Amino acid sequence: MTQGEFLNIVMPFKDKVFRLAKRLLVSTEEAEDATQEVLLKLWNNKKKIQEYKNVEAFSMTMTKNFCYDKLKSKQAQNLKIVHSNYEDGNTSLQKQIELNDSVDWVSKIIEELPEQQKVIIQLRDIEEYDFDEIAKMLDMNNTAVRVNLSRARKAIREKLTNTHNYGIK
Amino acid sequence: MVLNNIEKLLEKYESGETTLNEEQQLKHYFSKETVEPHLEMYKPMFAYFLVNQQEQFTKDVPLKTKRTFNYKWISVAAVAVLMLGFYFNQPNNVGTIEDPQLAFNEVSKALEMISNNFNKGASTVGYLNEVNKGTATLGYLNEIENATGIIFKN
Repeated sequence: MTQGEFLNIVMPFKDKVFRLAKRLLVSTEEAEDATQEVLLKLWNNKKKIQEYKNVEAFSMTMTKNFCYDKLKSKQAQNLKIVHSNYEDGNTSLQKQIELNDSVDWVSKIIEELPEQQKVIIQLRDIEEYDFDEIAKMLDMNNTAVRVNLSRARKAIREKLTNTHNYGIK
Repeated sequence: MVLNNIEKLLEKYESGETTLNEEQQLKHYFSKETVEPHLEMYKPMFAYFLVNQQEQFTKDVPLKTKRTFNYKWISVAAVAVLMLGFYFNQPNNVGTIEDPQLAFNEVSKALEMISNNFNKGASTVGYLNEVNKGTATLGYLNEIENATGIIFKN
């Protein structure tokens, strides 16, 4: 397989890999490294790529596992991944959709969710995958995905209503 | 009517039962400027989802085509070259002579040539006699030594 063919396969979902990595690792640099690592792993195994039924789903699973490992190893070392991207390079994008503090709130709220719920929210509400696809990526069953998703959505809504009312009352 | 629909969808949304299409409707509704005041808190959530869909991975990935040269092929090539060399340089004609008489003549001719050249070499060694003659004359130096012996005795 040539580089061109490989890139054609990888291009459509490399951003999704990156966003998932960033959701879990928070830091942009760490997420970039993770994405690079995942893509390189795919490239090194390019001979097997044709055998995979769904390269995208496979890569997402790989990303998730890679990030979990990373988080675990950092925890074991008693280190935390520190992110320095308090101000994103894409503030202009955010400005387009009237940026206010509450959007930042959402990201903080999601950050506080348990890891599995984070991943599910990311895959469903941002990347808009099917429930079946998510279930396959995370190696869970369909209903478990739905239950976790529902919990996560309720948690976000609750916290948002709290902060929303906080300003009023 | 629309509001009713949205509220229903939100309920389904929270229990995780909406389809992707219905979620799209929700996202569309909440991206509008004005939203019903009691649904205001959902707005940042859906806005956040939409913003996050835009984020892109911009870093390059260095894709190296690994060329691990296999050294065992060099040895294979070397063996092949050697085999070919042996095959083509096979000494298939060393000049063997079948007739014994002819062979005898050839051999004696060759030996004669060797002895001729040997004699030529040996004759030049004859000059070494001159060297011997030279060393014999050096014997006179003893005479000189005797004379100096006498002088230094006194």
